[in-house]
Amino acid sequence: MPPRTPLNPRPSIPLTVVTGLVLVYTLLPLAWLLVNATKDQNGLLDSFGLWFADDTHLWDNITRTLTYDDGVFVRWLLNTLLYVAAGAGGATVLAVLGGYALAKYRFPGRRAVFAVVLGAVAVPGTALAVPTFLMFSNMGLTNTPWAVIIPSLISPFGLYLMWVFAAEAVPTELLEAARIDGSGELRTFFTIALPLLMPGTVTVLLFSMVATWNNYFLPLIMIKDPDWYPLTLGLNAWNAQAQTAGGEAVFDLIITGSLLTIVPIVAIFLLLQRFWQSGLAAGSVKE
Amino acid sequence: MSTRTTRRLLAALAAVSALALTATACGSDASDGGGAAGGPKDVTAALEKGGKVTVWAWEPTLKKVAEDFEKKYPKVDVELVNAGTGDKQYTALQNAIAAGSGAPDVAQIEYYALGQFTIGKSVEDLSPYGAKRYATGFTPGPWNAVSDDQAIHALPMDSGPMAFFYNKKVFDKHGIKVPTTWDAYVEAARALHKADPKIFITNDTGDAGATTSLIWQAGGRPYKTDGTDVTVNFGDEGTTTYTATWQKLLDEKLVAPISSWSDAWYKGLADGSIATLSIGAWMPANLTSGVASASGDWRVAPLPQWTEGAKASAENGGSSLAVPKAAKNKELAYAFTEFATTGAGASARVAEGAFPATRADLESKEFLDAAFPYFGGQKANRIFAESARNVGADWNYLPYQVYANSIFNDTVGKAYVSPTKLTDGLKAWQDASVTYGKDQGFAVNK
Repeated sequence: MPPRTPLNPRPSIPLTVVTGLVLVYTLLPLAWLLVNATKDQNGLLDSFGLWFADDTHLWDNITRTLTYDDGVFVRWLLNTLLYVAAGAGGATVLAVLGGYALAKYRFPGRRAVFAVVLGAVAVPGTALAVPTFLMFSNMGLTNTPWAVIIPSLISPFGLYLMWVFAAEAVPTELLEAARIDGSGELRTFFTIALPLLMPGTVTVLLFSMVATWNNYFLPLIMIKDPDWYPLTLGLNAWNAQAQTAGGEAVFDLIITGSLLTIVPIVAIFLLLQRFWQSGLAAGSVKE
Repeated sequence: MSTRTTRRLLAALAAVSALALTATACGSDASDGGGAAGGPKDVTAALEKGGKVTVWAWEPTLKKVAEDFEKKYPKVDVELVNAGTGDKQYTALQNAIAAGSGAPDVAQIEYYALGQFTIGKSVEDLSPYGAKRYATGFTPGPWNAVSDDQAIHALPMDSGPMAFFYNKKVFDKHGIKVPTTWDAYVEAARALHKADPKIFITNDTGDAGATTSLIWQAGGRPYKTDGTDVTVNFGDEGTTTYTATWQKLLDEKLVAPISSWSDAWYKGLADGSIATLSIGAWMPANLTSGVASASGDWRVAPLPQWTEGAKASAENGGSSLAVPKAAKNKELAYAFTEFATTGAGASARVAEGAFPATRADLESKEFLDAAFPYFGGQKANRIFAESARNVGADWNYLPYQVYANSIFNDTVGKAYVSPTKLTDGLKAWQDASVTYGKDQGFAVNK
């Protein structure tokens, strides 16, 4: 048994209990989703919510979710992928370029940019939604994918994170050495700075991907045409069906659809998290 | 960093974003409202010429109609868009009309909401297109809702004459007779709840549509609308009859505190803890798809009456198809509206489960003889059709009913969660509706 040190303290029972409670609280909705995705409409209404019904319909539910209403779910999935790839991908590119430039170059107005970025981090996206809508409406861009992609490109938090990260992770001496050896600024950035920035880049990518994947409010106000809905809006539209005269209630498909919706984002998170972890550790040890 | 590189980068970025902007600007089309109202001839010409009709609707059977229409007129492309359900769609429609772009050619509008669009003159008068000839083709309730002396504002798509849906299994188990009057209904509510405290006669957390419908059945006419002259009066006899009975149910906690259309509602309908519904004739479709497991348990009966032996009924829900003034191709829009609401289109929708507003469908033998497996083979349409004939006349909604309904829970809703009485809640609703109406420029209660 290892000795008790400040870094290896005696297990605390209250703390373990609290952590356990938090764990249950966090995992319960996920467990509920998994269990209920195996039920059909009758099972959902008749059986206990946290346990399986007599028969399982998971596979049937998945095929029906993917084919219901001429396979519109697949279309929404592709839309979401487009918004994530273009929006979150673009946001990451912009944040990395901007963060690096702000950390490593001295130019007039830098402090002003700092103030603007910090201010922008504090403004919730919801507050900007209506002005953004009016602006896009004037430009005739509402009801097009651009209305979702362009606002997603801006990530003040991502920019700030990359700025701080670049300041720490890319030694200025290294850049100076490269310049002395005759490397151009772009080449220096791509061959020297970018690999060093990888953990930060992945972190920003992860954050903006999750944000774009789950984005509900922005598409809600921008997009009226169901052909351009992301999954969040699509599932909500299915849910609204049950609330109208003569509408078809498809709770089973909504739950299975929700499960299918979170699978990719969980996969991405698991795949990228090791980069993220090493990113959090960077700069913590003085060389 | 050399300034040249920076400049080049900036220039490249600027070029890219400019490209992106112009590309998308071209993608969106400019709105063009022009064109005077055409007659029936122009409608035929438009159908031959073809084009695109955008329809905003959430009604599920319209999908079939759109397919049939495209089959019949191959040059016409119908784009069916679910722009939201109910008031969400009205908000979007109102915004599109105000913004002057993005409005559809045809929009589904419920009867209670139509006033908002007619008073704002944002829907086309359909009489010049030939809609007048349908005046006797529709049942009186829906027709009164879409037309007045001046114009035909929309064509009725469906209707919701009320009926009484009850869980026969639950009723039989506890030996309770189907109530024919609202007094008997209260008795049944007491008996059911006493027999099994988990069972409630119905659910209610305050629903503007349901309340106004029952007041309508009781003979109350709280709203009077004549152009911009509006009267709101929840003190009439019909309203008092309703509140006296319903207050008993609330006082004795005999209605389940569950909101209609929620998951819990569907669950209650499935497990029998919500034993009855007094609702529109469109409900079978919702029961069949949403509460499939209770198939065979439910039956339909005529709505309980306020006076023994009467045959009064009312409408609950129902919607129309209107052509916004901002529509791009009004002739084509009218052609689709006509197709979907009359003749073969209407019959096709009835076959898909919609409840007709057309007399021909309502009186057809096929319709009346249809047996509902869900209701144990009962010929439920006979009860619905009878109800449609008995809908009380002269009902009016407010020209701003959508707003009024949205504040129902802030006012009348209090009666469901606090000692506030229904009468006081309705008075508060009335006051708020009067204030709002005056602010909007209506002459209210003058």
